[in-house]
Amino acid sequence: MTQVLIIGAGPAGLAAAQSARRAGAEVILLDSSDSLGGQYWRHLPESRPARKEAMLHHGWARFQSLATELVSDPGCEIISRAHVWAIETGERPTVHAVIGESDGRDRKRISFHPTALIIATGAYDRTLPFPGWDLPGVFTAGAAQALAKGERLAVGQRVVVAGAGPFLLPVTQSLAAAGSRVVAVLEANRAIPLMRGWLPKAWQLLPAASKGLELAGYAAGHIRHRIPYLLGRTVIAANGTTAVESVTTARLDRDWVPIPGTEKTIPVDAVCVSHSFTPRLELALAAGCQLTPDRFVQVDRRQETTIPGVFAAGEVTGIGGVDLSLAEGSIAGRYAAGASGTNPTLERKRAVFSGFAARIEAAHGIRGGWPAWLTESTTICRCEEVSYGSLCATSQTTDSSSLRSLKLSTRAGLGICQGRICGRTIEDLLARQTPGGALTDGSVSDRRPIAIPIRMGELASPPEAHSEHPPTPAKTSAVAQRLHEREHHD
Amino acid sequence: MASRLIPFREDPIHPSEPTPVTITFDGQPLSGVAGQSIAGVIMANERLGFRRTSVHDAPRGVFCGIGVCFDCLVVVDGVEDVRACQRRASDGDTVTTQHHHGPEGEGS
Repeated sequence: MTQVLIIGAGPAGLAAAQSARRAGAEVILLDSSDSLGGQYWRHLPESRPARKEAMLHHGWARFQSLATELVSDPGCEIISRAHVWAIETGERPTVHAVIGESDGRDRKRISFHPTALIIATGAYDRTLPFPGWDLPGVFTAGAAQALAKGERLAVGQRVVVAGAGPFLLPVTQSLAAAGSRVVAVLEANRAIPLMRGWLPKAWQLLPAASKGLELAGYAAGHIRHRIPYLLGRTVIAANGTTAVESVTTARLDRDWVPIPGTEKTIPVDAVCVSHSFTPRLELALAAGCQLTPDRFVQVDRRQETTIPGVFAAGEVTGIGGVDLSLAEGSIAGRYAAGASGTNPTLERKRAVFSGFAARIEAAHGIRGGWPAWLTESTTICRCEEVSYGSLCATSQTTDSSSLRSLKLSTRAGLGICQGRICGRTIEDLLARQTPGGALTDGSVSDRRPIAIPIRMGELASPPEAHSEHPPTPAKTSAVAQRLHEREHHD
Repeated sequence: MASRLIPFREDPIHPSEPTPVTITFDGQPLSGVAGQSIAGVIMANERLGFRRTSVHDAPRGVFCGIGVCFDCLVVVDGVEDVRACQRRASDGDTVTTQHHHGPEGEGS
């Protein structure tokens, strides 16, 4: 029987699991957390259900129906707290995981040998460095969102949200709903690029009306909470000694260079900053998948990557929002299960929402002038504590244009986060230092042969093959019971 | 101070009544709610700094909140390098800050 293994239980992974099951395959769904939904549908734990959880989410009913269907389906084995640390590809992919608590000890090692693999690992916030961004109290927008939705914690009482892109809006809404006073939302791009991105052929957006409604909901939230939304301004520094006490903001020109004389200081106890997203590519790269020129996983019409039998769906293939992820997941699931023919409805949906992705990039993409807000002492690599001044000085001394050798000589990107936070930033900054303006060794900071840190003892223990590992029906039915109870609460 | 857990009676989404948990952080007892991450419990108790860095001895706290940045590393029941944002707090967890001197660091 065809066995489809899916990595990631966010919108794309859940849709893929449903559609692979409906196409007749056996499904194994892995996720590193202990609940379903990914970051988008992050919610209070099953042990603490909320009657009106739906208030915090878009498409909550869709999530519940996906989760209920999959959890109660004996043909779909959901393995939570599964941390995939390596993939090998041969005739069939081999997926290596440890099962247990995050960063735990003596977790069980399991290897899977599915017929087909779907990578739905999503994306995380990309925050550009600025002076003080390493102070406690400076968060990515995603952190504020995760803490508000996942445990009902407001990261601050007086908060500025800054960066670029539509994701700033739901984060602001979550903060306001959690009782934080959002002093301002700062979108770095100015009105003209925003209009250039969003307005051309606006009729193309009509089929994506649900997306419009989602954004309109956030806008209404802003009006209700009287939160100013300012264009062409950003946070250029966070100030404080042991934690953030204020932020310095400045107007930006079209290229994101701060305009002198426009600085303002705003007292805050937290600041949430995100400029873009970085796809989680390490598992796709480990599987040998090729990337697109803009560094997402390259897929064909069937969502199949350049490695036969390995599919990808969701934000790992481009940042386009939940509807695109759901459509891509559904398409990937069908073909991974071995279905033939086409599904015009799904493909039309994917086409409509992928138009959104291009518009987001055109309107909100990072512009090249941002390093103007860095100072010599600004931390670039948070783990190894490499400053902007030392990064530039070392790279000029070595006169190298190889990313690999520059990482070794500057130590930037070599810390415990494995370059997840600073990788693309150091590539950008180092390329500017080289005479040709480009790094030449062709290496990318997204490659991580061991995808997550695991402990030596775990690495030393022999893996079990998945078939020797019985499913855990007791746990699954507990989750099913919770979902059932929630449905009847609503 | 900065972070705050929404009291469940005031929460518009009506969560069920929380079960309290207590952990210790550097010897100090901190109370939280079952299902919270260790990071969330520490933050809700007005502690933003989780550790100090090796080179500049600078304070660091939660940054990404989703297990990507590794800035919130703590020691849990003697096990080092645990991302506090990824671990749910269990009653009785003993959590301590971790501080490694880098290769150029001084002292122990």
